[in-house]
Amino acid sequence: MAEEDIIQMVKGRFPDKAMEARQASPNRVYINVKKEDARDVVGYLFQELGGRLITASGVDTRAGIEILYHMAFDKKQYKIVTVRALVPKAFPEIDSMAIVIPGAAWIEREIHDLFGVNFIGHPDLRRLILADDWPEGKYPYLREEKA
Amino acid sequence: MTIIPIGPYHPSLEEPELFRLTVEGEKIVDCDWKTSYNHRGIERIAEGKTYDQCLFLVERVCGICSASHPIAFCNAVEDMAGIEIPERARYIRSIIAELERLHSHLLWFGLAGHYIGYNTVWMWAWRYREPILYLFEKITGNRQSYAMMKVGGVRQDIKDEDLPDIMKVVDDLEPKLNMFIGVALDDPVLAARMKGVGKFSREDAINYCVVGPTARAAGIDMDVRRDEPYAAYDRVDWKVILGESGDVLSQAVVRLLELLESVKIIRQCLREMPHGPISVEVPEILPGEGIGREEAPRGECFHYVRSDGGNCPVRLKIRAPTYNNIPTYKVRVIGETISDATIILASIDPCYSCTERMIRVVEQGRETMGWSDLLTLSQEKTKRIMREMGFNEEDAFRGLRI
Repeated sequence: MAEEDIIQMVKGRFPDKAMEARQASPNRVYINVKKEDARDVVGYLFQELGGRLITASGVDTRAGIEILYHMAFDKKQYKIVTVRALVPKAFPEIDSMAIVIPGAAWIEREIHDLFGVNFIGHPDLRRLILADDWPEGKYPYLREEKA
Repeated sequence: MTIIPIGPYHPSLEEPELFRLTVEGEKIVDCDWKTSYNHRGIERIAEGKTYDQCLFLVERVCGICSASHPIAFCNAVEDMAGIEIPERARYIRSIIAELERLHSHLLWFGLAGHYIGYNTVWMWAWRYREPILYLFEKITGNRQSYAMMKVGGVRQDIKDEDLPDIMKVVDDLEPKLNMFIGVALDDPVLAARMKGVGKFSREDAINYCVVGPTARAAGIDMDVRRDEPYAAYDRVDWKVILGESGDVLSQAVVRLLELLESVKIIRQCLREMPHGPISVEVPEILPGEGIGREEAPRGECFHYVRSDGGNCPVRLKIRAPTYNNIPTYKVRVIGETISDATIILASIDPCYSCTERMIRVVEQGRETMGWSDLLTLSQEKTKRIMREMGFNEEDAFRGLRI
């Protein structure tokens, strides 16, 4: 039986959304989406394709803050599908995944603490990592901009 | 309405973590938590370390899983750089990881016994765990933090003359494991304390994205060792153990039966391990990203590495299994009694890092119960159940029925 092509499935499900996909190896797929589309794509992978959210990563890059949702498909050839969205540093906001996936609640709180990303619609964005007396507006995992 | 804080310093937990249990009488009606009292910023430190140095760093993420995080990190870097490790290194990685699972699950089983007042279980389980730690010292030089892994293979070989010792420890352990499994399945007191306690459904497991024995106990068929084989797991014969109800008893049974599978894996690895090189030359790391996973005793470890072509990663994201498993505590503990709160928390085998501990009950600003009182409360429940079942109380804590 031919393996399903996950990239074609996602593109076929959302024909009007711009996305860029890369098959890094047989077991690793990376899909770059616009931040407005991230919830729809991750929600599709979780609810309709039965993916399991492993975790999310925040990465501070020159272009902005990347939010990566790593979804596991243990029974498929493509083991891990990573959905990547770029959030601008000036307005670090993205739709929260925790409404769709309760298991995303903690990691989004963590990224909120460490990178200052606001997850819109998150049920409980209280601090998870930072101490109560940590100053507001300082995000320890953001790189300092050199003048 | 009373709020009971478990933590931030707590005897069952290696790292501080605060659970606020809202109780009405004995019954828990709500639960909230706060974590990261001991955030060490390991991901940030890793950004200034070379890939070789990172291994020593990630080995210290957890004091118990000294092999899991290094293997997950190696898998991630090897995924990024497209490195294929030698056959012998694969077998050595599996042997070390499975020995670690043996000692970790025995440690858990002992602690679980302690929390419900069955201290005999604790002492016996830890007694049979000790030879494995001796073995680690003999073959790696350390009881913990073995420093065996490196990107591209393993750091040191397992000597041929050590193989019979490993085989002997495993052979001696197997009948003891069968004894523990018999106890866990047959003992009416253990069943009374663990069966039906802290249940959670398959749907909860899927929604909270739980991993490892916690997921398998709820019937979720997942195990990284089989699903995305690394090391030598696709070269040996073993099976994934599944439970049904997700209660504390099924978690215990899944872990105990997994121990027998680990024994099977170690035996086959020892028999079939080929001779040859133990590591390959690591090529220059190009810009890119990689993901590595490892089935630690507590579940899937996840490492994400990003490189810009330099000799240090620009980003390392680590996700330990407890991170996904702890949030289920809320759905599992509501509706249960305070005396079961400790064993339900312990059942996911929470693992943060190592430090001090304490628990208190505060009512209207005054401490009314300390940790020892709560532990006594839990142990009294076992005694009461034993009396009700017609066991002689004198015998209750003397020994297991074996």
